[in-house]
Amino acid sequence: MLSIVEKDLGTPESESAQLVTLTIDGQDITVPAGTSVMRAAALTDVKIPKLCATDQLEAFGSCRLCLVQIEGMKGLPASCTTPVAAGMKVTTQNKQLADVRRGVMELYISDHPLDCLTCPANGHCELQDMAGVVGLREVRYGYEGANHLVAEKDTSNPYFTFDASKCIVCSRCVRACDERQGTLALTIQGRGFDSSVAASQNVSFMDSECVSCGACVQACPTATLSENTLIEKGQAEHSITTTCAYCGVGCSFRAEMKGEEVVRMVPNMDGHANHGHSCVKGRFAIGYATHADRIVKPMIRSKISDPWREVSWEEAIGYAASELKRIQAKYGRDSIGGITSSRCSNEETYLVQKLIRAGFGNNNVDTCARVCHSPTGYGLKNTLGESAGTQNFDSVMKADVIFVIGANPTDGHPVFASQMKRRLRQGAKLIVADPRSIDLVRSPHIVAEHHLKLRPGTNVALINSLAHVIVTEGLVQEDFVRERCEMPSFEKWRNFVSHESNSPEAMQEITGVPASEVRGAARLFAGGGNGAIYYGLGVTEHSQGSTMVMGIANLAMATGNVGREGVGVNPLRGQNNVQGSCDMGSFPHEFPGYRHVSDDTVRHLFEGAWGVPLQNEPGLRIPNMFEAALDGEFKGLYIEGEDIAQSDPNTQHVTAALTSMECIIVQDLFLNESAKFAHVFLPGSSFLEKDGTFTNAERRISRVRKVMKPKSGYADWEITQLLSNAVGYPMNYTHPSQIMDEIARLTPTFTGVSYDRIDELESIQWPCNAEHPEGTPTMHIGEFVRGKGKFLVTEYVPTEEKVNARYPLILTTGRILSQYNVGAQTRRTENNRWHDEDRLEIHPHDAEERGIAEGDWVGIASRAGDTVLRASVTERVQPGVVYTTFHFPESGANVITTDNSDWATNCPEYKVTAVQATRVSQPSEWQKRFREFSETQETLLKSADVMFVAK
Amino acid sequence: MSGNDHGGAEHLVKMANDIGHFFRAEPLREDAVAGIANHISRYWTKRMREKLNAHLAHDGDTGLEDLPREALRRLNASQAPAAQPGAH
Repeated sequence: MLSIVEKDLGTPESESAQLVTLTIDGQDITVPAGTSVMRAAALTDVKIPKLCATDQLEAFGSCRLCLVQIEGMKGLPASCTTPVAAGMKVTTQNKQLADVRRGVMELYISDHPLDCLTCPANGHCELQDMAGVVGLREVRYGYEGANHLVAEKDTSNPYFTFDASKCIVCSRCVRACDERQGTLALTIQGRGFDSSVAASQNVSFMDSECVSCGACVQACPTATLSENTLIEKGQAEHSITTTCAYCGVGCSFRAEMKGEEVVRMVPNMDGHANHGHSCVKGRFAIGYATHADRIVKPMIRSKISDPWREVSWEEAIGYAASELKRIQAKYGRDSIGGITSSRCSNEETYLVQKLIRAGFGNNNVDTCARVCHSPTGYGLKNTLGESAGTQNFDSVMKADVIFVIGANPTDGHPVFASQMKRRLRQGAKLIVADPRSIDLVRSPHIVAEHHLKLRPGTNVALINSLAHVIVTEGLVQEDFVRERCEMPSFEKWRNFVSHESNSPEAMQEITGVPASEVRGAARLFAGGGNGAIYYGLGVTEHSQGSTMVMGIANLAMATGNVGREGVGVNPLRGQNNVQGSCDMGSFPHEFPGYRHVSDDTVRHLFEGAWGVPLQNEPGLRIPNMFEAALDGEFKGLYIEGEDIAQSDPNTQHVTAALTSMECIIVQDLFLNESAKFAHVFLPGSSFLEKDGTFTNAERRISRVRKVMKPKSGYADWEITQLLSNAVGYPMNYTHPSQIMDEIARLTPTFTGVSYDRIDELESIQWPCNAEHPEGTPTMHIGEFVRGKGKFLVTEYVPTEEKVNARYPLILTTGRILSQYNVGAQTRRTENNRWHDEDRLEIHPHDAEERGIAEGDWVGIASRAGDTVLRASVTERVQPGVVYTTFHFPESGANVITTDNSDWATNCPEYKVTAVQATRVSQPSEWQKRFREFSETQETLLKSADVMFVAK
Repeated sequence: MSGNDHGGAEHLVKMANDIGHFFRAEPLREDAVAGIANHISRYWTKRMREKLNAHLAHDGDTGLEDLPREALRRLNASQAPAAQPGAH
């Protein structure tokens, strides 16, 4: 069912610049060439009946309801498949058309249940609407003959029901799966009367290739495919547009509501990032917001071995503030700090860093981007001049060669992946650099031209060998480089990559990628037209993460692939507000807008605005906080929305550091792993409970809108403000829009941003200022932000994490479609039906050598620790490489990962850990300790009556 | 670094050496040293620099490699932690 508030124009918009004027029912209208008659009519508010048409899908012409008369044309053409022509005269209503349409509807209704009053789609059913529109009053054929009315429902999917009895075989669901999602899981099987929708080879939806994106549910004109929440709760009565709180795509959704209850989340057709598409997380996995595990009352305790005690907000905030002040008085000003999260809004992260800089009086603020995309900020700032991706998502539709490096978009960024796959099906070429055979390498109608299946940890060797080919084979865009880049830096880089030691032939021993593949990929990227690079954490989470980002920027500049649509350097951000949390000054060395704390002019600007002196020295990064804590110098920590005890590497090191602190304040929805080490718990609010903004991977600032009151009484920004006031630094905001206004006043790239302006434009890509009043979809046009682009020499430095006889395998980590990050949200939804544990992927050869079979318990030991997971034997990983996800705390994936980190940013090297895998029969010692500790903490929690019981 | 060097500064030595490994590709030693010094200045806390200095003074040969050692010496001599904006 479509959104309750959107108008469907029947067929997609034409992008033609040529205009055509025609007449519809006596009205002249001018539309772009290529527009359908149906859409042209809809644009003049002439409604042509339709069933198989929707503006989200290409015209299909099957339902025969949208027939019209066109002067000079024979018969009754379908308006959805007939393009406009100059001077065309169209009649949409007359007796002949009415008779034909009524006849068509009579046939449809003769095989459709007449249970409208009890149907979930009642009131928003397109079939019901059309019956009314054509004036259907009787069905002459009766219901006694063959029909589909007793077809069984498929309720296998936890989020939607397929009721075949209501299907009119319009193929909208099939086409949505093909065109929108690109999975091609659905088909029409059989012929004529036997035609029916089938998932995969006529199996249940749950057993099929369906990825539960919901595109079919949204496209269905009847109640054949309906959300279970719609079936249970009934139709929504109002809709509020907001932004998804999951990945860095930042999809716009319409929260369809009944009072303060969400009936369903419908992706917004006008959403600039997602254009009406969604994934299983954003559309369906919101049950965590009202999960019984949520804590909605503040708690405190003196020691982590004490029971939690429910207290008033006043007492909790007062206790937290007094502890922070006590610690500073005893151990010094720099003995406390805070961590912001990419799961929080711009306004929230801005306030936390402001509290720390102005209220705590130090720069000990960091964010979870430390452990994901901090190398992106560093690498792009130093080469291109700005710590952000260069394009918008739509740019991919003009790419000719798409180079995906260390990213798994179909799992990590599924909605953008669907757009990318659409472009690939149109004929763009694909290069994938990844140790694993990710789905994108071979999927329906898509095969990568080159899969550079490199060994984990050898990214820089690979990028240098690609650059070597481009430079030595004369593929550099010399004019672009000469005009746009610093020539001395280019010459230095050219000399470096030209060296024989960087050739594919020399590097193939290191990377494992045949030289011929590298040469082919380099030639394709440099010579195949618009080349666009998309990368993820497989680039950044390495000891040379920043170096690799620089190498990518070098490659883009050398091939002239920056500064226009269809090209660019595109980091795919992991969480929804990674870009925003970084923009907002969450790093210890930078004020908002990526300006160093040592810059006197900038610091004086903030000192003037905030009314206090500010430190001119960088503060502690997260791993430095841990070291300082273990050294006894760092004693207090305020964590908003982040779970370092699960997400950060070398878990035992992290928990030792947390245990050594005297006051940890956790602000979150749940008693997460970090909260088990906390002394103050401040119950946070979900994205449905507050106003704010998120900034996605394309620098797009979108509104988060409150659709219900905070369950705990306060939105997160209000809690930070309470804490700030309690520590003695006054904050008096009454709405997050005022925080954004302050950000805009103090940040040159945000001067044009305000809530009113976002409402007006729907979303804004920064920079947005006097020079770019409507934002900046493509950066670096004509000139790089830093002036001339700077090439940097990127020598390959092997990681110190080496395999040896004791640890012969390389473990690399990643994520899966149905779960999100540490899983705090998705683990509390039905998404567990797809993935209820982290498994170890191991190649059949490695498994056989170790006597490991599918499903066996496998002990994984590294230099940092050991854990036990069940095995998944698969050729997705190459021999010598094993892989797991980190969505479940009891898995202990980060017990194994080490302290190795990126040289520039200390982003952990999650992607390379030397391990051994052996078949075992019981959990690891760490897992036993973890379970015991968790059970103790849950017992200590039960002493306080603080849980939210979902109603 | 396994975290077993608390109270010491081995992890700082490793961090400094890692920075040095990137900048050693600079053709001119002067550029490499300046790059390392600037990086440490821009991203390390004052306390971290102090701890590394104390570690060097106390332990002598700590495994700190030549380029970062020279960069640290230069930073100490300049006593001007503020870095050049925009430099890496």
